[in-house]
Amino acid sequence: MDLVLTILVEGLGYASYLFIVSLGLTIIFGVLKILNVAHGAFFAWGAYSCAFLIGEFSVMGVSDIGTMIAIPIAALVVGVVLGSAIERTIIRNLYGRDEVIIVLATFGLFLVLEDVILLVFGVDPYFAFQPTLAIPGVQIGGIYQDGYKLTMIALSLVVGLISWLVLNRTHWGKVVSAIIFDSELAVAMGVNVKRVFYVVFLAGAILGALGGAYIAPTISVSPGFGVEVIVLSFAVVVIGGMGSIAGAAIGALMVGMLRAYAVLQWPEIELFVVYAVMAAVLIFRPEGLFAPAKARKI
Amino acid sequence: MKPVHIAGVLGVGMAAAFAFSAPAVAKDTVSLGIVAFLSGPAAGPYGVPGRNGAEMLIDAINKGTLPAPYNTKGFAGATVEAEYIDESGGNTKQVSEYRNLVQKREVDAVVGYVSSGSCAAIAPVAEELQTLTVMAVCGTPRIFEEAPREYVFRTMSHATADNVAAAHYVKEMMPDVTSYTGINQNYAWGQDSWRDFSLTMTDIMPAAKVSDKPQFPKIFAGQYGSEISALSLEGAELVHSSLWGGDLEAFILQATPRGFFHQKKVVLTVGGVSAYRLGKRLPDGVAIGSRGPYGILVRDRDTPLNKWFVETYNDTYGGYPSGAAYQYAQAILATKIAYDKAGEAAGSFPSQQQVIDSFKGLEFDSFAAPVKMALGGGHQAVTEHMYGLVKWDADAGVLSVTDVKVYPAECVMPPADKTSVEWIESGMPGAKC
Amino acid sequence: MAQFMDRTTAGLTIGFASVAILGVLVLPDWLMSQILIAFSRALAVLGLLVLWRTGLISFGHALYFGLGAYTVALLGKDLGITEVLITLPAAALVASVVGFGLGFVIRKYREIFFAMLNLAFSMVLFGILVKTEALGSTDGFSVEQPTLFGMGTDDSTAKLTSLFLGICAIGWIASVLVHRYLGSVLGSLTTAVRDNEIRVEYLGYSVAQAIHGKYVMSAALTGLAGGFTALALGQVDPESMVNWTVSGELVFVTVLAGPGSVAAPFIGSLVFELLRTYAFELVPYAWQLIVGGTLLVVIFFLPGGLWSLIARIGGGRKTGQRGTTAGTTAGTTAGTSAGEAGR
Repeated sequence: MDLVLTILVEGLGYASYLFIVSLGLTIIFGVLKILNVAHGAFFAWGAYSCAFLIGEFSVMGVSDIGTMIAIPIAALVVGVVLGSAIERTIIRNLYGRDEVIIVLATFGLFLVLEDVILLVFGVDPYFAFQPTLAIPGVQIGGIYQDGYKLTMIALSLVVGLISWLVLNRTHWGKVVSAIIFDSELAVAMGVNVKRVFYVVFLAGAILGALGGAYIAPTISVSPGFGVEVIVLSFAVVVIGGMGSIAGAAIGALMVGMLRAYAVLQWPEIELFVVYAVMAAVLIFRPEGLFAPAKARKI
Repeated sequence: MKPVHIAGVLGVGMAAAFAFSAPAVAKDTVSLGIVAFLSGPAAGPYGVPGRNGAEMLIDAINKGTLPAPYNTKGFAGATVEAEYIDESGGNTKQVSEYRNLVQKREVDAVVGYVSSGSCAAIAPVAEELQTLTVMAVCGTPRIFEEAPREYVFRTMSHATADNVAAAHYVKEMMPDVTSYTGINQNYAWGQDSWRDFSLTMTDIMPAAKVSDKPQFPKIFAGQYGSEISALSLEGAELVHSSLWGGDLEAFILQATPRGFFHQKKVVLTVGGVSAYRLGKRLPDGVAIGSRGPYGILVRDRDTPLNKWFVETYNDTYGGYPSGAAYQYAQAILATKIAYDKAGEAAGSFPSQQQVIDSFKGLEFDSFAAPVKMALGGGHQAVTEHMYGLVKWDADAGVLSVTDVKVYPAECVMPPADKTSVEWIESGMPGAKC
Repeated sequence: MAQFMDRTTAGLTIGFASVAILGVLVLPDWLMSQILIAFSRALAVLGLLVLWRTGLISFGHALYFGLGAYTVALLGKDLGITEVLITLPAAALVASVVGFGLGFVIRKYREIFFAMLNLAFSMVLFGILVKTEALGSTDGFSVEQPTLFGMGTDDSTAKLTSLFLGICAIGWIASVLVHRYLGSVLGSLTTAVRDNEIRVEYLGYSVAQAIHGKYVMSAALTGLAGGFTALALGQVDPESMVNWTVSGELVFVTVLAGPGSVAAPFIGSLVFELLRTYAFELVPYAWQLIVGGTLLVVIFFLPGGLWSLIARIGGGRKTGQRGTTAGTTAGTTAGTSAGEAGR
């Protein structure tokens, strides 16, 4: 029982930040049809900025819990600044190019942004553990879990709910859904697709940065740590279905639970089980477990 | 491998003529490639202090300001020039960097390497390219146990010492431990460390039960939440860990809010190297080693060389030198002594072969303790080893260690005719503790 | 291109022969070493080029690269087989057998799904290697000194020279064969498949089989590339041979080189290797920035890759007019077509 509870908590914790990151990736893919490798850079930039700010705030005498304000600041600033810059200079000029070429361009962008991190933040790892000390631990399944992890789970629920509401209950969301469904038709109906693309890219970037900013206090933020997150979030969106919010949630849950189970019970399979599932989903259900409805065109 | 030249078969003997330049007769400079982690999680705790230690020592050697008897200038009179290379990026990258250093930049010797992975990858290449290579830190015993080496030296004890000493320390200080587990990285260093520790524990504390689920996270994972849960879920009282650098710091920072250090006894074989960086965040009562007589464990040792080292380091970089600084400086010091001795014997600047001959079996007094190149045909050093318990001195605001125990080299390192595993499995015969 | 020695073949022959002679007589060891590594990787890029001509890009060819490298390394470590005439063909064979098996599934996919499925398979291998102590986990392990006809050498220059001449010979053979293949009916289908699959089916050819064949060919070439790289470096490890970044790098070099000619992978790969070496030496913390920046520049301003630049400057005289013009067109279309066929 303790074991099951621990797997659940671990899995949920892991799934929560993966969901936030993958949500950003999947909405960008759904709307812009761009598989953005540079999403890993949003994640890394979010984490670095957040860790840096927490450190600065802490030095300025902000209380441990107060330093958490760094998380939304980092996510917004990184998402808006970096997202705008990239959309305006690179992505915008790639619309209409071969999908795979776009992936490669974002890969180049990722390499560039990785090194800019080194130039801006230096090569030392950052530890921004203050928020994890501020939130008391909770005993679940016979062991202590840090309270911070539980707030991560809560945050991911909130983020998921907000996204669902925006997409389904607002005018904007309906426009976006229309574009996901058929962008040509949407243009014909008078939708300013360029503007929608821009806003969606920004939203995706903010989510990517938020994932990084929120996880930052619980990890060592060091060069190259965005590399693994990219493929993991690829796995999440592929498993769930590219371009689907529910898919990102299901994918993240599956990946999180699989990994938690593997670490606790069967460490040998920890690293590949996720990709084996990803391959299986691609083979048997290439559109993913929760693919959005697709307009069939001939 | 037969010593027949393929080249003849392919008719390319000519190439050799271009590649071999005549060996230099007189030299006024010796160029060293110095390799350490300069970026990534291992840079701050390990690579950078290591580089500082090397840099400081080279500077002092070139000026001749080391305390006697090492106050001669240079390596056998030649000024030392150093190039610093980043160790991060994986073993294969290190191998190409090494080839680059030797073939393109034509360094005389390569000194450094923190990671056991780098060393295991470099050793055969050093033999292939026939270049003197002095490994400063890396710990896997396999380097000299897998194959005899001619060009490779290592100037500190290997992982066996860390883990045998850890087991002895556990027996002495925590005799009631009934069960233990471990968290170690899944590469040579972590695997060897856990193997040596658990084998020694079976020898000397046979009643303690070993876990069947020790954790092996990936090196530089930086995220240990699930592993901490797994360890907490297990009943084991004692946790052994050879995590080092940024990984160790991340583990401690993530485990502390979960009360891990209150529930478990913990022995960290490389904890001492990160001690100054962690300060009061290193929990009281944790047993730490510094991979030998280095860093925080020998801060107050009263040898002239140690005092010089601690003071000069503090003047140059601020703060106390950590284990990594000691270990890199020791590698440079050993190389200098080998060059000097060889030069004296030759009466002129020595050839690489002469340096290697004088390096083999070298014995010298290092900063805090003597070093003997006793194993691996005179290529692998042995030193004494130490462990202590962490104590935060709130009044003084410094971290210190209490209950320090010193284990002689003959207690924690295998004899020359046995591999580590053979020695431990046969009950550590001949160990003088 | 039916005659025995068309202009591209002649160009390739002269090119490889002069590199080989230059290498042995003039070039310093370090440069030979770099050419050796660059040309080894170029074999994999050649394999990706075959796929790209069909409009397919794999983000998982590190799978075959790693299989090749580990095959060579494991044969030496566990079975004591160091004979390159056995280990290198074995590397290509293992990769092509796996490629043949996975090909049955993979041949059904196009575009991003093709890229992703390959990625997933390669990450499975990565995960297995990292977690298996017997396979060296994160460290990998050293490759035994190779032998040729049972003879080895302790002399590093002799070893380097032999491997260097070997890669020149194999590079030459592979590029001529691929060139011939692309000129054949089966090979020409590639462009047709990219442009309109249904039309190809109507012509009576099986698209699935054509793609399967190309996939196996590219797997074999990539396996050989991995095997050669393992020999050249003397070390294998998962991070620098099987991780997804390696796949990305291979695709990167393919795009950098351009699809214009079978010679392009070799030139592109050498440029990449030198770029990386010098960038790393000059600005150790910004070499990825330079490499990534180069990639962006190529994508934006040079959709035909470096080859189109060479073709433009040299007027295509060096390696055959026909190959070049056909290639540049392919490059531009591959670069600019939005892949309408698959939508």
